Amino acid sequence: MTDPIIRLSGIDKFYGDFQALHDVNAEIRTGEFFSLLGPSGCGKTTLLRTIAGFEDVTAGHVEIAGQSMDNVPANRRPTNMVFQSYAIFPHMSVAENVAYGLKARKMPKDQIATEVATALKQVGLEGYGERASHAMSGGQRQRVALARALVLKPKVLLLDEPLSALDKKMREQMQSELRHLQRAVGITFILVTHDQEEALTMSDRIAVMFEGRIGQLASPQDLYRRPVNRKVAEFIGVMNFLDVSVSDGTGDTFDCDIAGLGKVTIPAEQAPGGVDASVTAGVRPEMLTILSGENAHSEREASGIVEDVYYYGDMTYYDVKLDGVDHPVTISMRNTAGRSVLSRQDRARVGWGAESVLLLK
Amino acid sequence: MSQLAKWRRSEEASGWLLVSPTLVYSILLLAAPLAMVIALSFWTQDYLDLDKTFTLKNYIEAWSEPIYQTLMARSLKISAFVTALTILLAFPVAYYVSFYVPQKRKPLWIFLITIPFWTSYLMRIFLWKVILGYNGVINGSLLGIGVIEQPLSFILYNQNAVVVTLAHAWVPFAILPIFVALEKIDRSLLEAAEDLGDGPLRRFIRVTLPLAMPGVVAATVIVFIPTIGDYVTPRLVGGPNGLMISNMIELQFKKANNAPLGAALALSAMFLVSVISLIFVWLNRKYLVGQK
Repeated sequence: MTDPIIRLSGIDKFYGDFQALHDVNAEIRTGEFFSLLGPSGCGKTTLLRTIAGFEDVTAGHVEIAGQSMDNVPANRRPTNMVFQSYAIFPHMSVAENVAYGLKARKMPKDQIATEVATALKQVGLEGYGERASHAMSGGQRQRVALARALVLKPKVLLLDEPLSALDKKMREQMQSELRHLQRAVGITFILVTHDQEEALTMSDRIAVMFEGRIGQLASPQDLYRRPVNRKVAEFIGVMNFLDVSVSDGTGDTFDCDIAGLGKVTIPAEQAPGGVDASVTAGVRPEMLTILSGENAHSEREASGIVEDVYYYGDMTYYDVKLDGVDHPVTISMRNTAGRSVLSRQDRARVGWGAESVLLLK
Repeated sequence: MSQLAKWRRSEEASGWLLVSPTLVYSILLLAAPLAMVIALSFWTQDYLDLDKTFTLKNYIEAWSEPIYQTLMARSLKISAFVTALTILLAFPVAYYVSFYVPQKRKPLWIFLITIPFWTSYLMRIFLWKVILGYNGVINGSLLGIGVIEQPLSFILYNQNAVVVTLAHAWVPFAILPIFVALEKIDRSLLEAAEDLGDGPLRRFIRVTLPLAMPGVVAATVIVFIPTIGDYVTPRLVGGPNGLMISNMIELQFKKANNAPLGAALALSAMFLVSVISLIFVWLNRKYLVGQK
């Protein structure tokens, strides 16, 4: 494995009495698409700005490509940023915007022209160079901002919620374009987002942040399937929580009694955060099945009453109140051929297995 | 229903009624006097009477006599200096308030900047006489600490004194538009400039200053136009060589008893100011276009 492009060690950041970052440690690998994900106010943008050099750290160190960034101002860091507002210079044309950083480096004029043309082509804005920047649409401004940063060939490209101002369709298109662009240029991207779907679909690895701390740093799959605690599990996708009493922990397995489901023995790897008195059982909607028809079987079975049905065409979501539990659990079912959709107040047989359950603190 | 009653209920009537106070005001106080001055400038003073035959004689005199040319050129020059000095003094203040004063203290700062207006303009000019005078504060201090042996005489009753006094009077007017322009600059643009490799100075030249230009142009117009026509300041601190065109206009209307020539001079000055202002308006539009 190559050396990490960015190493964050022990970063604290205070604004007066308010602590925005608590002892953040992370290594970001060369060439990966990395996301900082979290609710607003979790410190993800502060962390990004710390890497860019716009914020001083109160304690700790940022290292980029093996170089300490202590006392290195933003204009001398090998990072470039795409701002949330895009920050396109309104008094300059598209080409002048893209050329801004090259001029700062005092590159010869004809070379600037070729570089700018290449960068504009890369983001799909070929021939837009002479346009006034204020005449560009939101999506186009976004591309100008991307070209302006990429033309400098930074070691790391920082993206501060670049897609949040776009409408849904444009956003989805830009998501795949960004991904392709990242693979094509091979530059490490760090994306800040509050949209978990965006982070899951785009990233190689994700750091989920809460209240200035990294809650979990993992690949999208691990994050979804093995969240380390309740908070991460709640933030990524939908998770049903059920009370559980753990009677025996051998070390490799835990004997559990889950409210509404029943007794089961769970391997320790399904309790990634360990087990104590506060632990609850987490079950993803797709890990439960509605059993319909005489022949349907499952390793284990529970029963309940359908409280609500949400029909999405390809999928149906059920809110099912399991016997003995007072809040409903969500179950998602793919609407395959021949599978009937239940109605409200129907009795439902719920299939599950030991692998469906996570123990979360 | 009579025609009048019908008209009074129409939209047109309510429109006229709504603008009538301002309309009356502008006709009585702006249009009428201006029309009188224009008429006057084409007439001739014949001792105590006015000869109302149309003539361009006054304009020919106003544009050809060396004394008027000199005064006009001097007025433009002094105004240009005042404007330049005012902008140079105002920009750092506006910049400081916009970029370094905490958001919630900015109104207080702007309020403090307007404090000099609480004293009368005349009073402030007289205070400058006290400061710049032969036995004034500056000379007194410099003599006292032994820097000079004779009081400095080049600081009062000349063009320098006019420039200093006027610039001081107009700085607050220049601070406000520049401040507003600086406030409007999206701070992420400055971060972007830094991110793309500019140090503070280059960032200022490439981003802050161009984006502040509408404010600077507005301040220039606000200061330049009225200073050309100022006659109190040159009269009180200008001395014989600091007189400006408006002092001559005043002289023609009063002592020389030649109102038509005064009117022609006034309109000529107005014409020059208009031309210069239009250039600024054009410049401003050019800068503004890029920012919408």
